[in-house]
Amino acid sequence: MRMYDLPDARGHFGPYGGAFVAETLTHALDELRDAYERARADAAFQAEFHYELKHYVGRPSPIYHARRLSERCGGAQIYIKREDLNHTGAHKINNTIGQALLARRMGKPRVIAETGAGMHGVAAATVAARYGMECVVYMGTQDVKRQVQNVYRMKLLGATVVPVESGSRTLKDALNEAMRDWVTNVERTFYIIGTVAGPHPYPMMVRDFQSVIGEECIPQMQELAGRQPDAVIACVGGGSNAMGIFYPYIKHLKVRLIGVEAAGEGLASGRHAASLCAGKPGVLHGNRTYLLQDANGQITETHSISAGLDYPGVGPEHAWLKDSRRAEYVAVTDDEALGAFHELCRCEGIIPALESAHALAHAAKLARGLPKEAILLVNLSGRGDKDMHTVAQRSGLQL
Amino acid sequence: MSRIQARFASLASAGRKALIPYITAGDPHPSLTVPLLRALVEAGADILELGVPFSDPMADGPVIQRSGERALKHGIGLSDVLKLVVEFRKHDAATPIVLMGYANPVEAMGSASFLEKAKAADIDGVIVVDYPPEECLEFSALAKKNGIDPVFLLAPTSTEKRIEEVARIGSGYLYYVSLRGVTGASHIDLSDVAARIPKIRAATRLPIGVGFGIRDAESARRVAATADAVVIGSRIIQEIESAGPHDSTSRVKALLKPIRQALDA
Repeated sequence: MRMYDLPDARGHFGPYGGAFVAETLTHALDELRDAYERARADAAFQAEFHYELKHYVGRPSPIYHARRLSERCGGAQIYIKREDLNHTGAHKINNTIGQALLARRMGKPRVIAETGAGMHGVAAATVAARYGMECVVYMGTQDVKRQVQNVYRMKLLGATVVPVESGSRTLKDALNEAMRDWVTNVERTFYIIGTVAGPHPYPMMVRDFQSVIGEECIPQMQELAGRQPDAVIACVGGGSNAMGIFYPYIKHLKVRLIGVEAAGEGLASGRHAASLCAGKPGVLHGNRTYLLQDANGQITETHSISAGLDYPGVGPEHAWLKDSRRAEYVAVTDDEALGAFHELCRCEGIIPALESAHALAHAAKLARGLPKEAILLVNLSGRGDKDMHTVAQRSGLQL
Repeated sequence: MSRIQARFASLASAGRKALIPYITAGDPHPSLTVPLLRALVEAGADILELGVPFSDPMADGPVIQRSGERALKHGIGLSDVLKLVVEFRKHDAATPIVLMGYANPVEAMGSASFLEKAKAADIDGVIVVDYPPEECLEFSALAKKNGIDPVFLLAPTSTEKRIEEVARIGSGYLYYVSLRGVTGASHIDLSDVAARIPKIRAATRLPIGVGFGIRDAESARRVAATADAVVIGSRIIQEIESAGPHDSTSRVKALLKPIRQALDA
């Protein structure tokens, strides 16, 4: 494999990525791309970003050897990267800080965001409060209903939450609506996309900001285990936490990279959100990638117990990593994820986000078939407080 | 000369401006699409833009979004839209038709297969909203080879370099989107249009259509003072939306007639 240097200048990862947008957005994207290129090369910007990550977010997040979980699986040793310990409780804040700093440099006083589970919305509202910016968050009415607490958190942080009634009323529709806002108010508005999707430069920019996760893992694993893991495992909705931990490992060719999608009620049921495992390439939200779609090319509704994985597309770099076989992608059902959720609560004292529980479920499956010397590193992308209602409901309880 | 070019040429020699109405195929019901297209022609349309419904119309405002959702409820896909055009062509072989939609339905059918079928359906032009010129060089070349004009958008934010690029790859006409935002916004900046059109004209010999935000005879007349064509979409969809199944054609005609008169005055 030659040195990995994707994307190209126009945002392509092989046939994926690019900037498939109406002409009305082209200028805004050019402006963003130029501003980001300058910031990326500017030591002062990077220093400010890392200062914020250290002092405001609480980075580096630790890696922890989940001994009891490993013993229960009876095979490989499972290590957990604790993104759940970040300020706001997930990896999302790494990216929102980066983009908010960029917005400030570009002189944009207003930021907008889309959100599914609400974690990115909360992270965007948080940085907007921190930097004194106006913040508007678009959220499908379906998600507003299932994530009442996060809606309130955003309001407490001073953001305006706009419920989106169009289409399937979920994350993809929130993204459409945020794009419409951006194109209308582009002069004073910065659009903070929450995942490694969207038109160029978003997939690259979000990956860069999130890659702090993997960058930290490399010395941490060396210190804790004396070597790098045999596999790195992360859940994939849009794919930002996975890209963040995978990216620095792409060049470590002996390390398997495994992305875990949401199989919902099973891939055969049609009720899932596994675009890489069960979708076809197409164009949505400004990039070419794997999509869940019908024969007419209409985007289909997705299902997952975790709102954060409930997205019919996936970041274009994952599409490329799949086709080039540098990464593998599997899918885990709602029930399997719930099982892993309870397992981690009981034997490690950590309540994981349902999204991250997908990665844990696959890690446990994989660990069973591996020798005790094998090492798996799982990205625990967020904490599960937001999922209390969903999990209780599944157990027949009303909180 | 393509049918679109011929139409603009004959309008120009008569000193007239083109009226280009837009409707979404299958809205409010597939059985009304052909009657609506014929009504638009009777009311003075020179070229027809027919929308292909898509589940995620990122560049459209609420009115056209709703029309797409109504059409999708009837399961209308790209192949159905092509069949509707074939149906329309049985009665009208003269009026140019431009399909307007998003990339994914085209790619799901396969670009080459789509263009072949579009040619067979006697379609004249195609606007793929989320295909900027640099992402669709092959598609545009293949469209032209099939005798179909690839029509591109220009925005108030398009740079001179961009205008030249679009002018080089596009054919048929250029579609200047007259405001920052999505389709159906209520305010058109007429002074912006008056200032921008001459700049675009300096870079191209293609006719220039203006759309997004034209709602009545007065705004149409003022836009036509500098542009070659006015495109009206959301305002027509609103009329269809508020009409019943029996009077949508007459309502649409009543809406367009004064606009046609204003353009010809």
